Amino acid sequence: MIERHLAVERLRDRARFVRTETVRLSRIAGAGHYASSFSAAELLVALYYSELRLRPDEPAWPERDRFVLSKGHAAIGLYPILADLGYFDAAQLDDYTRLGSNFGDHPDMKKIRGIDFSSGSLGHGLSAAVGIALAGRVRGSDHRTWCMLGDGELAEGQIWEAAMSAGHFELGNLVVVVDRNQMCIDGFTDDVMGIEPIDARFTDFGWRAQRIDGHDLDAILDAFSDLPRADRGQPQVVVADTIKGRGVARMELSLDWHVGNLAGQDYDDVMTELATGLAAEVGR
Amino acid sequence: MTGPASGSQSGGQVADVQDTSEVFRGTASGSTGLRDQRSTDGADQRAIPAFVLGEELGDLADHDDRIAVLTADLAKANRTNDFAARHPDRFFNLGIAEKNMITVAAGMAASGFVTYAATFASFSALLGCEQIRTDCAYPGLPVRVIGHHAGMSMGFYGTSHHALEDLGIMRTIADLTVVCASDANQLRGILRASVDHPGAMYIRLGRGRDPEVYADVPDVHFGRAVQLRDGTDAAILATGSEVYPSLRAAERLAATGASVAVYDVHTLKPFDVEAVTAAASTGRVLTVEEHNRTNGLGTATAEALFEGGFAGVRLRRLAVPDEHVPIGPPAALYAHYQLDSDGIAGELTMLLDD
Repeated sequence: MIERHLAVERLRDRARFVRTETVRLSRIAGAGHYASSFSAAELLVALYYSELRLRPDEPAWPERDRFVLSKGHAAIGLYPILADLGYFDAAQLDDYTRLGSNFGDHPDMKKIRGIDFSSGSLGHGLSAAVGIALAGRVRGSDHRTWCMLGDGELAEGQIWEAAMSAGHFELGNLVVVVDRNQMCIDGFTDDVMGIEPIDARFTDFGWRAQRIDGHDLDAILDAFSDLPRADRGQPQVVVADTIKGRGVARMELSLDWHVGNLAGQDYDDVMTELATGLAAEVGR
Repeated sequence: MTGPASGSQSGGQVADVQDTSEVFRGTASGSTGLRDQRSTDGADQRAIPAFVLGEELGDLADHDDRIAVLTADLAKANRTNDFAARHPDRFFNLGIAEKNMITVAAGMAASGFVTYAATFASFSALLGCEQIRTDCAYPGLPVRVIGHHAGMSMGFYGTSHHALEDLGIMRTIADLTVVCASDANQLRGILRASVDHPGAMYIRLGRGRDPEVYADVPDVHFGRAVQLRDGTDAAILATGSEVYPSLRAAERLAATGASVAVYDVHTLKPFDVEAVTAAASTGRVLTVEEHNRTNGLGTATAEALFEGGFAGVRLRRLAVPDEHVPIGPPAALYAHYQLDSDGIAGELTMLLDD
């Protein structure tokens, strides 16, 4: 239990790091996807600091777990993690999005060590993950393929083409994490395009589903540790209920912060809010 | 003059029925000797080889464990079932879900495979356009998207099953090699050359059982056109399914004393500007393609001619006009649009008189 407690404390610190880096990088760019990164912060750190089988000093290691960030606009939260793990020099992020930078709003596998698949066009990532999982099966590798979907992109038809094929091919080596942050750009998904019941829709396609609080690090770690290690079997989905903009009061479930720009005193206020308030608020 | 030829020179000799079984039952391996419905040259009824796509990929996969093949419920039509029978562990039928197929192929390619994803060109290049750009070409992955039954070779299936826009769309995508096969042997050559070709490719096929242009499997060099015939009075630049009737048309003109060169421009991108330059030396150039007149071979040729300082060369572009084609079997449609050897010969005659 002490080990778990220390692990969770460390992840909580790293989730705060993801949020502060998102704020910092957004100011460099002049705009950023704050809220979509904040909702995924606990999920991303649980994956990268705890769950994924990785060798940052050997990014092309064939037996590594793969991760496809289908909601590519949350890359601003992933880049700092990759830098922190040593995939590249963190100083490369200091000119984030500037002309010639390797780091844009959406991740590029050709330019960034540690990115397994380029993304940005919503609805594609699960298909790519299915292909990677099939490749792993054909090669006889036991690596897992992980894919993070946004909830808004569940309205894309290709997601369900891919979900159907993963069920058909019984890809037990595939795990989807849905960042169910409740909102797409124009509003709540329930208003713009209803996507529930997400877990039932996946199970209808042959998947095994879990549903958790996506900001509760204990719950996330429990869900990940509950995954069967099987090649032949059911693909796994973890539907993580989250809050878009989680961690910064003005952004939580706000229509105004899908993309935004914090400057001046607002920037300082939010950095202070993240430094002082988040540890107590998040991940209980 | 590129519009429909009212009162076709082909008259009643054109086959007026469409052999549907060719598409949906596929063709048995080794079945040959079917009449060339494209050509109205009764004397020329060459053997037509069967669709070799699955067979050739199977041969390549025998010696290369990186090769995997995907299709979208058309394994019979494109004969990837020949591959599936030999390499079932590396064959994936994604069902009628082409966008998923292309991105799955990209995912496999990101894990070290060289993937061939085949379906009708109308669905691979048009429905899957954004997946080809974003998931294959942009990341530089070795995905070979096969668009078969391209152009209007699906005949009376109509516009939903035609692909007369694919070359224009595909050649606009950066970092994508765009190739057309004119016959079975060239298809084999293209597939062999594709295995280690860097980046993503779009490979356009006709019905997959086109009359023979190449007696043997050629060494294909992407971006380098093949001069099939010498000539000094005019030059034809043709691609894919139009290479064969272009050759027949040039032969026919030769009987009247005209010397017409023929180039097989199998690669639309990167485009062989040197071949255009060579063709321009004749002073008259005819492009022939089974594609909309916009943004295909004719457009690429016009661009190269003008930018190369050959604006004085007389250029005619034989293609499908900018319209949705009428209902009809393929051979009738080719005659309708002068895309058979009769029509090409007629256009050549006018070019030579220009």
